[in-house]
Amino acid sequence: MPESYVELYFPVFLQVLIAMAVAGGMIGGSYLLGRKVKNRIKDTPYECGITPTGSARGRFSVKFYLVAMLFILFDIEAVFLYPWAVVYRELKLFAFVEMFIFIVLILCGFFYIWKKGALDWSQQERPPEER
Amino acid sequence: MNFFLLSLLKAAVVAGALLFTLAYLQWVERKVIAHIQIRMGPSRVGPHGLLQPVADIIKLLTKEDLIPPYVNKFFYMFAPFLAITLALTSIAVIPFGPEIEIFGVRTRMQLADLNIGVLFILGISSVGVYGIVLAGWSSNNKYALLGGLRSSAQMISYELPMALAIVAPLLLANTLSLGELVEKQGGAFLGVVPRWHVFQMPFPQVVSLIVFLIAGFAETNRIPFDLPEAENELVAGFHTEYSSMKFASFFMAEYANMITICSMATVLFLGGWQPLWPAALGSSYVPSLLFAGAAAVMIYHGLHPARPKDRYTLPAAGVVFLLIAGVFLLPPLRPFLIPVFWFASKTGFLLFVFIWVRGTLPRFRYDQLMRFAWGFLFPVAMLNLLATALVVALVSR
Repeated sequence: MPESYVELYFPVFLQVLIAMAVAGGMIGGSYLLGRKVKNRIKDTPYECGITPTGSARGRFSVKFYLVAMLFILFDIEAVFLYPWAVVYRELKLFAFVEMFIFIVLILCGFFYIWKKGALDWSQQERPPEER
Repeated sequence: MNFFLLSLLKAAVVAGALLFTLAYLQWVERKVIAHIQIRMGPSRVGPHGLLQPVADIIKLLTKEDLIPPYVNKFFYMFAPFLAITLALTSIAVIPFGPEIEIFGVRTRMQLADLNIGVLFILGISSVGVYGIVLAGWSSNNKYALLGGLRSSAQMISYELPMALAIVAPLLLANTLSLGELVEKQGGAFLGVVPRWHVFQMPFPQVVSLIVFLIAGFAETNRIPFDLPEAENELVAGFHTEYSSMKFASFFMAEYANMITICSMATVLFLGGWQPLWPAALGSSYVPSLLFAGAAAVMIYHGLHPARPKDRYTLPAAGVVFLLIAGVFLLPPLRPFLIPVFWFASKTGFLLFVFIWVRGTLPRFRYDQLMRFAWGFLFPVAMLNLLATALVVALVSR
């Protein structure tokens, strides 16, 4: 059984090195082996053959941003549950009640964002006077 | 033996086995899907298309490696590199078997038994989102960008029910080390029912397993959740602008992630390398019987006059399988091979389920996908977690 952190994490480090070597070998290998033919049409973005209009850096739905934010909130909550689960058998009902209160508070927030429609992707555009 | 040398040896074996599995998982998937759709699947390159993965690799390596002029070059090259590196890294903490003694060396059949193994896997899989998002963004293509965005939103949405589904079995095992998790699932109730977390009293984790697997489909962008690459609306999603091996590397990462998810499900819920029933009742003869049975089927079909093409190959494969069945009976190798067999067969079954689902289900619509994650999976995982916690608190002494 390895004792120090170096011995514990050395195999992980090795695995990362091997993974990087495989990835580098694959990408580098095809870079070196493939033949290259340039032409003007090939150098346009692929959009099913239609001439591309505008930039790809367009606007996109703010919902993606919202989901990312909500994820951070709820994922931190989920990470709190891990140490709680590890010591659970020592604390038993006390731990259950404590975590139950925490989860109920979180679920209140969840209910709020749910009613606000932050997670409803099929939402119809409302007419302007209601905004 | 020197610890560092031993680690190097183990890492080489694991990486070799993983790469081989990745290449042939592709073949298995194509064959299974083909048979679900009543087709032949790959059958030209080698007997039953068995050399198809080799041909594919040669083809992909020699294809033109197109780097379009409008992409962000560094991130365009970096994204597939990151995707593969991360996908191949997480195997480092998966336990394939117990601590064994082989040629006088005691070692765990695991690269590193980290005390935070579960968090390590979750962390690596979260960073894995970057590969796809960077690929979508750096391609400078509308469809690729949309695919990348969809994918990031989908993967982080399903990460949440997955994290909650993992906590429930941890309540029963009270450890984050994957090696210990499997050891705690040893033994059996009433002498027959294994103590795996799916069957574990006081609260069997069936719901957790199902939530975990569904989230796993979404995390690996597999059908029915393959919206990032929905070809009829987004061309090919985040990898539209990729060609040759860079294109293949995203698929390789997807398959590697599939293997990781299935191994995790095996370790967390299905008892890892623990046998289906106790060795005292003869479970250690299952591998030999299975391989011998497969060999008998192969030899029978190979010698059948209706299969002239398999006249030599099938009986030869049958003899090889008989030899494998014999190897499983050799006393010095048994403590090492039988756990690996159980681990591989459970993981393999889950991988088959992944392929089976791909051959069966249609794709979701995007709003359905998000509503399912937040409105159904998240509450179900949460309720299951609370119920498990309550029962464990009341029952445990």
